[in-house]
Amino acid sequence: MTRTITIDPITRIEGHAKITLHLNDSGTVEQALLHTTQFRGFEKFCEGRPYYEMPALMARSCGICPVAHLIAGAKACDEILAVKIPRPAVTLRRMMNYAQIIQSHALCFFYLSSPDFLFGFDSDPATRNIAGIVAQNPELARDGIRLRQFGQQIIELIGGKRIHPSWIVPGGVAEPLTVEHREQIRAAIPPAKEIALRTIAAFKPILAKYEAEIETFGNFPSLFMGLVDDKGELEHYDGKLRVVDSMGNIIVHAADPAQYADIIAEAVEPWTFMKFPYYKPLGYPNGMYRVGPLARLNVITRCGTPLADAELEEFRAKCGKPALSSYHAHWARLIEILFCLERLERKLADDSILDKHVRAGAAANCRDGIGVAEAPRGTLIHHYHVDDDGVMQWANMIIATGHNNLAMNRSILQVARAFVDGENLREGMLNRVEAVIRAYDPCLSCSTHALGKMPLSIELYSPERTLLKKMVRNDE
Amino acid sequence: MSSVQSVQIITLTIDGKPVGASSDETVLDVAKQNGFFIPTLCFLEGLIPYGACRLCLVEVKGSNRLLPACMTKVAEGMEVTTDSEKLRSYRRWILELLFTERNHVCSVCVANGFCELQSMAEALGMDHVRLPYLHPQFSVDATHDRFVSDNNRCILCSRCVRVCSDIEGAHTLDIMGRGIHARIVSDLDDAWGNSPTCTRCSKCVQVCPTGAIKEKGRRSVGEKFKRRDLIAYIAKLRGGEHE
Repeated sequence: MTRTITIDPITRIEGHAKITLHLNDSGTVEQALLHTTQFRGFEKFCEGRPYYEMPALMARSCGICPVAHLIAGAKACDEILAVKIPRPAVTLRRMMNYAQIIQSHALCFFYLSSPDFLFGFDSDPATRNIAGIVAQNPELARDGIRLRQFGQQIIELIGGKRIHPSWIVPGGVAEPLTVEHREQIRAAIPPAKEIALRTIAAFKPILAKYEAEIETFGNFPSLFMGLVDDKGELEHYDGKLRVVDSMGNIIVHAADPAQYADIIAEAVEPWTFMKFPYYKPLGYPNGMYRVGPLARLNVITRCGTPLADAELEEFRAKCGKPALSSYHAHWARLIEILFCLERLERKLADDSILDKHVRAGAAANCRDGIGVAEAPRGTLIHHYHVDDDGVMQWANMIIATGHNNLAMNRSILQVARAFVDGENLREGMLNRVEAVIRAYDPCLSCSTHALGKMPLSIELYSPERTLLKKMVRNDE
Repeated sequence: MSSVQSVQIITLTIDGKPVGASSDETVLDVAKQNGFFIPTLCFLEGLIPYGACRLCLVEVKGSNRLLPACMTKVAEGMEVTTDSEKLRSYRRWILELLFTERNHVCSVCVANGFCELQSMAEALGMDHVRLPYLHPQFSVDATHDRFVSDNNRCILCSRCVRVCSDIEGAHTLDIMGRGIHARIVSDLDDAWGNSPTCTRCSKCVQVCPTGAIKEKGRRSVGEKFKRRDLIAYIAKLRGGEHE
């Protein structure tokens, strides 16, 4: 008899989702589906609003990565204004994006995923959480809290507010950086760098314990996409889109992000609110690609900063180029944190960031604006269309987590097939199914443009589609 | 005229405290002069009082109904109460009804931090609404090259209408429709950008208590700073009381 397992809600992720695992007569997993169970409608309710409200309005889709939405939204508005924004404003926007990537990656690595690495996937779920880390490894917990705090404080120092600063505006930024704030940020970098290096050094030896997970956590051929700069280096704010295949061949070298619609299309499925973007030339669902920290390290030629490049070399030696297992996204996140710290340090040394001219003004001169940036979770696309008066007619948002939808579904199937025994179901099996989703650090609130925390459920169904078992957890 | 001669000095009590006043003053004027707080929204120094928002309702002994302080003239021996459980409840309900009807989502409003409706809710402790949101859909008029009119954020205080008519003398703006359908229109409900009467003076932008009338572009969410005090200054310069 075939059965279905439901994991509902999925825990330690951002947003709401459930997983259903469909078992066949022999008790092995036949199909696995990630259902995003929330709907938000940002693309719809922005219609009829003035374009200059968009960065702040769209940023409300997420409390973790609002800066990425502010950046993509403001860049789209810059195009509507048809202005070249002042150079210091670009640098300041970049700095805030680095700070956001640091805090978001720290949240994912330390708060959400580190309990799995430290205690093991089969450990007691009652202590397999951040509170357990605090009790058993307070040094690591402190590092995680400090690193996240570092990122959040920089966002506050630059933009006046930790969450949802409306400081990134069409045409630039609202206020210049002060000398005092620059010095405060500068002083905080060395200890943050020490934490990053210490964590990478501690993480690498643990990898050997999880070879079975590395082998099966989203370890399959796919395309990878990310922004690169003109030297092929790691880029989070501007640059061109690059796509590589599973052999590391560059199949799209440097596509103008404004032409995203030539390479990406979106499919929908009736069982989830999250769309399925795919690489257009290969069609749906063969055009599966991944974005995010792992994809970014796979598409770049090099990072472009000394410490991160040294780590990248080791990463590639151990994980391959491209690294196919999504488990390696955790390591990739740590390397990106280091990169962002190095870049922040370099930007802070440049006195031009204190320039007072940080905003360009104009009326709505173009009807379309496309803003693309790398959010912590991957490539983020905002496309706005306005009328002659600058009133929004429609918006299209393609969110990082959405790009990964096909790959996440494929990954849970792979993990479920490797670990889930329908006849002898244990919590640790289902935790692995959740953990592979966590490796993508999905933000379902963003990707469905939904509200609230992200509990996930797992349901087990029979071949006749009757619900046999349901596991539900709340993440509190 | 005779109005000057008819002004008398009278005494009344506000919240039990005896105060002196001219007989041509309103309860709100006298309360303000003597340091009593009466919440207002549609009232603005320099504009003719209109009594639209009802937030300044006070209790007057001998009257079986609540009276708007901005429209009620003082009288000899009047006993006024500006603060009571009943008044607090009424004022809170008034605010809740305003928040319930149209879209006042502060977080994405250009007037966030500079909004009188928002600060009044904070001052009167209104932290949630007990009725379902109605949110009628009004289209945003962004046809003017400098200003935008967004009836979704409007509380129908009519400050813009009064300043346009009484201070600027243009009377471009007015209110059309009734109840939940009432909205600010320009001229005979034409697009604001086509207006032959608008002088582009921006007084309407300065007096709007919310983000309903705003300057176009340039300033984004939470950045629409307004100089509402300017109107009192202009009115004083002209030396006129609008009677």
